[in-house]
Amino acid sequence: MSRKADLMPGTLDMMILKTLTRGPLHGYAIAQSIRQMSDEVLTVEEGSLYPALQRLLLEAWVKAEWKRTPSNRRVRVYTLTVAGRKQLGVELSRFEQMVAAIGRVMRDVEVEG
Amino acid sequence: MSAAGRWMNRLLFLFRRSRFEAELREEMEFHREQIEEEFRSDGTAGSEAHRRAAIQFGNTTRLRERSHDVVAFRWETVVQDVRYAVRQMTHSPGFAITAILMLALGIGASVTIFAFVDAALLKPLPYQQPDRLMDVTESLALFPRGNLSYQDYLDWKRLNTVFTSLEIYTGSGYLLQTPEGTEAVPGVRVSAGFFRTLGVTPVEGRDFRPAEDAVSEAPVGLLSYATWQKRFGGRKDVIGRTLKLSGVPTTIVGVLPPDFQFAPRGTAEFFTTAQPTNGCEKRRSCHNLYGIGRLKDGVTVAAALAEMKGIAQQLERQYPDSNRGQGASVMPLARAITGDVRPILFVLLGGAALLLLIACVNVSNLLLVRAEKRRQEMAVRGALGASRVRLARQYVTEGLVLVLVGTAAGIAVATVMMRVLHAMISKQMLAGMPYLQGMGLTSHVWGFTVTVALLAAGLFSIAPILRLPVAALRQSLSDGGRSGGSTFWRRLGANLVIVEVAIAVVLLSGAGLLSKSLWKMLHIDLGFESDHIATLSVDLSERGFEKDIQRAQFAQSLLDRIQSLPGVQSVGLTTTLPVSCNCNTDWVRFVGKPYNGIHNEVNNREVSAAFFQTLRAKLVRGRLFTQSDDATHPKVVLVNESLAKKYFPGEDPIGKKIGDTELTPNSLREIVGVVSDIKDSALDAEEWPAEYEAFAQDPSHYFSLLVRTSPRPESMLPALSAAVRALNPEVGVEDQTTLEQRIHDSPSAWLHRSAAWLMGGFAGIAFLLSMIGLYGTISYSVSQRKREIGVRMALGAQRATIHNMILREAGRLSCFGIVAGVGCSIAAASLMGSLLFGVRAWDVATLAAVVVLLAAASLLACYLPSRRAATVNPVEALRAE
Repeated sequence: MSRKADLMPGTLDMMILKTLTRGPLHGYAIAQSIRQMSDEVLTVEEGSLYPALQRLLLEAWVKAEWKRTPSNRRVRVYTLTVAGRKQLGVELSRFEQMVAAIGRVMRDVEVEG
Repeated sequence: MSAAGRWMNRLLFLFRRSRFEAELREEMEFHREQIEEEFRSDGTAGSEAHRRAAIQFGNTTRLRERSHDVVAFRWETVVQDVRYAVRQMTHSPGFAITAILMLALGIGASVTIFAFVDAALLKPLPYQQPDRLMDVTESLALFPRGNLSYQDYLDWKRLNTVFTSLEIYTGSGYLLQTPEGTEAVPGVRVSAGFFRTLGVTPVEGRDFRPAEDAVSEAPVGLLSYATWQKRFGGRKDVIGRTLKLSGVPTTIVGVLPPDFQFAPRGTAEFFTTAQPTNGCEKRRSCHNLYGIGRLKDGVTVAAALAEMKGIAQQLERQYPDSNRGQGASVMPLARAITGDVRPILFVLLGGAALLLLIACVNVSNLLLVRAEKRRQEMAVRGALGASRVRLARQYVTEGLVLVLVGTAAGIAVATVMMRVLHAMISKQMLAGMPYLQGMGLTSHVWGFTVTVALLAAGLFSIAPILRLPVAALRQSLSDGGRSGGSTFWRRLGANLVIVEVAIAVVLLSGAGLLSKSLWKMLHIDLGFESDHIATLSVDLSERGFEKDIQRAQFAQSLLDRIQSLPGVQSVGLTTTLPVSCNCNTDWVRFVGKPYNGIHNEVNNREVSAAFFQTLRAKLVRGRLFTQSDDATHPKVVLVNESLAKKYFPGEDPIGKKIGDTELTPNSLREIVGVVSDIKDSALDAEEWPAEYEAFAQDPSHYFSLLVRTSPRPESMLPALSAAVRALNPEVGVEDQTTLEQRIHDSPSAWLHRSAAWLMGGFAGIAFLLSMIGLYGTISYSVSQRKREIGVRMALGAQRATIHNMILREAGRLSCFGIVAGVGCSIAAASLMGSLLFGVRAWDVATLAAVVVLLAAASLLACYLPSRRAATVNPVEALRAE
């Protein structure tokens, strides 16, 4: 079993929100989407989506409703709310700052090394 | 989202919980199926696809729990934990009961003592802004807190700039004519602004008006609430009524509030204005008052003291004859009032805290043992998906449940103990400590209890959490928890036992020292025989006893009358009973000795001729008083050996003369005899020089009879009181008791006795707990080392060797404990300072006794488990693996 790439803490929420900007999705679809978009690098323990989704629901950043799939299975579909979109902006800029900061640190190391 | 919104969502969830769970399950199941479908379409076989999907999805139980945690209130899982904790406790009732009992004792003892501390030290004064109230008195080298003279008070009041008001009070007694006859009732004389300074307003009538304490004003008085109810049935028409207090018509102007109390004279029924009518108050050198001042805002105690000292120095320059050496003392009123119980309360609080500590250590030790036993259970729960936090929380919950039950039981214990202790305090002592009325489960006490409980809960949670299988989770599972006792636990548990034994040593030696002090104090040489002596005090009213000769004649006929009663061997009287205080002193000067104005303070008592024979005190030289030492003969005086030694070293004092500071001719009295020291002071105080004057030559309005009886002295008391009343019904009779009872009840004896008893109780419990702790630790260690012992025996170790091995381990623990304890107790005993009497902090006998006791007890506590170890059957021990 290959080692999974660990997620930076707090990034899962952000990725879910980002994924949902493309439209309402159910949990499995969100997981698939994250997996594909990251070229299979980020294979999180997919079940951990659900506690995260509960947290987002509680904060009212997403809302959920039950729908039927074409194969007539009941699925819970999550939709981004206005507040969620705003939150995504906040988290994105925070994330970018952090990435930039880490980038600067790592570059310095390279030069010296 | 707002916190309130989140809270609402959680609340909603609470009602839709089963739906939430079903939906989550459905959603997650769908997800997992989809992954499995993916694997299958990639060509993975059925069961393998199922397995890999499960891995990719993760632990469903744990994920559901985490989702649940997100939306649920914390307490929902807490309820689960609590239920589990209670179940755990009922599964091992022995553990639960032991732990709860120990906690109940520890918490009960400390809460009780804290309630006393709270009542006595934290809020002793039921007045307005009590911390601004100061006790203001004069001071002498011999009396750091002496009395204030009225003349000095007037100057102090006029000159000071630090007090918004400065008032005075002095204890007093009145003779009240009641239907049952003359009764002596306690009272206080106060200056007019006294109650305004305290911030107390009468509930009925009015307060004294300013300047109503002037001699020109008509005498007025206030009633205590209890007196109003008891003597006047709470009738409002008592206001304006005029009563005769010791013959002086006094108008009642008001009633004090029911919660009013005045500790310096707790039983006071009447408060009258202190009109400076008596002779003492006209003389600057006569000190009979105490001052109470309210500090101005922003003035510190130190600043007030400095200013009052300055004023005292100024008066000393102005009046060198009367004020030589008269300084000033300013201290918080609360300290002045609770001064004598302060040290004992601190020592007892320390004792109770140590007891609590030992109880907590014991319980944590028990918990550690249990945590060790539950390693496997915790490992299984961890494997089933419980997070480490969740497991830790389980221990925290169990600790909290334990502490909750223990605290509840402790509060019950404390409530009972408070009642018992309160009931054990004599009425006389209680009167001097009215602040104890407010004792109980006040908010302070609750705060203390909660703090103690939280600390204990913290300790009880942390101890087992340290034992949580963190890294060794899998290992614990595989070896089934049957490994040899882990060194970590053994070391921690053993260290805790050392602490316990050390605390037990401290408490036991503390109790030993206090008991020895008490014994020494009760067995000091009193200088007289206190058995078979009945005492009562007689209070002559002002009217009918204005002249010296009237009082002298009354006293003489009273003595004659009592002497003739059947059962009376001899009778004497004195103005101050033995074992009272170094008080009622006289400032004297000796004829023919150089005098530089220093204070020669000596205890001064007026006694009858038969006083010394009645007490069976020893005459050292010269003669005792005779009937002829009366007003018609030259004044004579007896001195005690201390006086003779101090002022006539190497000389014969007989024939020398004592006088006042001016050597006024009519103050001169000739020393006719020297008696051995009679204990005039409190039991634990140093004996002072004393002079005994002949009562007939200086008769006072108040004196106490001492009657040596053949039958039990208690049985004679009614007859004695009746004899006084028969002679004159208007005379007050009070304080009927026996001399032994009086000594037994005296404040110093009472304080030392209660300290010794309570500390003894604490030490006894601590001793028991520490031995239980030692026994438990060794037993557990033996049970853990069964396999090791089995191997040793299989390899040929003798039973005696095993026996010794365990005993050595136990011996090492108790030795460390005892040695550490002895060191700590010497340090602790030196903190007890004033409570020790005639005993040093490093009293070898006490310490040796404690060491022997603990060593013997620990040997016994370890013998049983070590015997069990020696009887281990090696085959069984090894097969058990």
